[in-house]
Amino acid sequence: MRALALALLLVAPLAQAGEIPAAERRSDTVTMSAELRAMQADDMANPASFWALDGQTLWDAKAGTSGKSCADCHGDAQASMKGVAARYPAFDGATGRVLDLEARINQCRTDRQGAPPLAMESRELLDLTTYVGLQSRGAPISSSDPRLAPAIETGRQLFSARQGQLNLSCAICHDDNWGRKLGGATVPQAHPTGYPIYRLEWQSVGSLQRRLRNCMVGMRAEPYPFGSDAYIALEAFLMFRAKGLPMETPAVRP
Amino acid sequence: MGRLAIAWAAWILAISGAGAQEDAIPTSLTGAPGDAARGRAIVANRQVGLCLLCHNGPFPEERFQGDLAPDLTGVGARYTEGQLRLRIVDPARINPQTIMPAYGRTEGLNRVIGAFAGKPILNAEQIEDVVAYLTSLRAEKTP
Ligand code: HEC
Ligand code: HEC
Ligand code: HEC
Repeated sequence: MRALALALLLVAPLAQAGEIPAAERRSDTVTMSAELRAMQADDMANPASFWALDGQTLWDAKAGTSGKSCADCHGDAQASMKGVAARYPAFDGATGRVLDLEARINQCRTDRQGAPPLAMESRELLDLTTYVGLQSRGAPISSSDPRLAPAIETGRQLFSARQGQLNLSCAICHDDNWGRKLGGATVPQAHPTGYPIYRLEWQSVGSLQRRLRNCMVGMRAEPYPFGSDAYIALEAFLMFRAKGLPMETPAVRP
Repeated sequence: MGRLAIAWAAWILAISGAGAQEDAIPTSLTGAPGDAARGRAIVANRQVGLCLLCHNGPFPEERFQGDLAPDLTGVGARYTEGQLRLRIVDPARINPQTIMPAYGRTEGLNRVIGAFAGKPILNAEQIEDVVAYLTSLRAEKTP
């Protein structure tokens, strides 16, 4: 009897380990306080609206040796950028690389506008990414390009690999223990539906890579350099894993 | 100096398994007993012990405790001192799939961030303090 109870105890945590079943997949917006959810839903209250507004100004501003603005080539973002963020990271045929939205915007900056690239986490890059991302609000995440498969697979491996001094993997928290309490925080499922996000702890908007960096430092693992292929692979895997969930950019997080 | 050398010898013996029985590390890693009060502070500290990120326990003053792991209440009655020591130093020796970090192991880890590279999460003295504290947790939860 005691042996059986012990055996059950040992088996129980393993039984729920693994990928989150589609029916249980959800954005962690639903687990936030009513106050934060209201802040996210109301553009007048969502602090990220300032970033989006500045992004709209940048969209119309001429830059670089081309003297062209984003709008000169892409027109009205509400039409041309609709649903775009919901399928990033995307495969770039010209370079054969997988690019996240930040890298794609920077590619247009350098190659089409003839302007210097914007630094990762710079205010301007966050402004533009928030503005472009906003045009996908409500669109289901839909990365279906088969050329993304190698990046998704790399991301999956990085997600399940143990790392850092604490020897944890992303999957241990986000696949096997979501909904539980890690100290004071509820472990989220970690779907990238709302990025860039306004995070109260940062008092700022930040990218998905910044969020991933935070988790790596928490595991006491050496974070990857901003813009690295490792982050882009993780982003591609997270988007694949969140397929079908609606985009919420810009989300608010504690 | 002499005391430190002995401590290190006991430490290396313990983590290399030579001093460990199957389910326990019976002898102190420092050769001396730990301090339970210091151990309690380590366990409760989110930057040092990190225990309450995953565990809860008899800490009425701590509002935020985890529920990824068993309640530590009464753990000193469930395990011997040596069993507790092994469960802190290297819990994977009992459960290879465990998510609990090995507080006294530095090998077999990947991408450890610079500031912590090559260092165990807790040193031998801190581990002894934690073991002394856990050993003192003999009272079961009052219903
Ligand atoms: C000189 C014209 C030009 C300018 C200026 C320009 N782009 Fe582009 N952009 C393009 C073209 C052409 C493509 C499609 C490239 C391709 O598919 O390979 C593109 C693609 C994109 C995409 C990816 C769309 C998709 O469906 O995957 C985004 C996002 C984007 N641009 C954003 C911007 C932003 C933001 C700016 C201003 C900072 C900008 N672009 C400036 C010409 C331009
Ligand atoms: C020890 C548990 C733990 C580990 C390991 C961990 N995370 Fe997290 N992660 C969290 C917690 C807790 C939060 C929410 C933090 C908060 O709200 O303060 C979070 C947040 C996130 C979010 C934001 C989700 C949202 O809704 O905005 C993403 C994405 C994420 N983690 C991805 C990762 C990745 C990728 C890894 C591995 C490199 C990882 N995490 C490792 C605990 C963990
Ligand atoms: C990342 C989460 C995590 C952290 C941090 C952690 N533990 Fe654990 N611990 C566990 C889990 C899960 C178990 C259950 C046994 C297993 O899965 O190996 C456990 C088991 C134990 C046990 C055996 C308890 C029993 O009832 O069987 C003790 C004692 C213990 N931990 C003490 C500690 C102490 C002390 C610390 C801090 C120095 C700590 N743990 C930090 C996750 C953690």
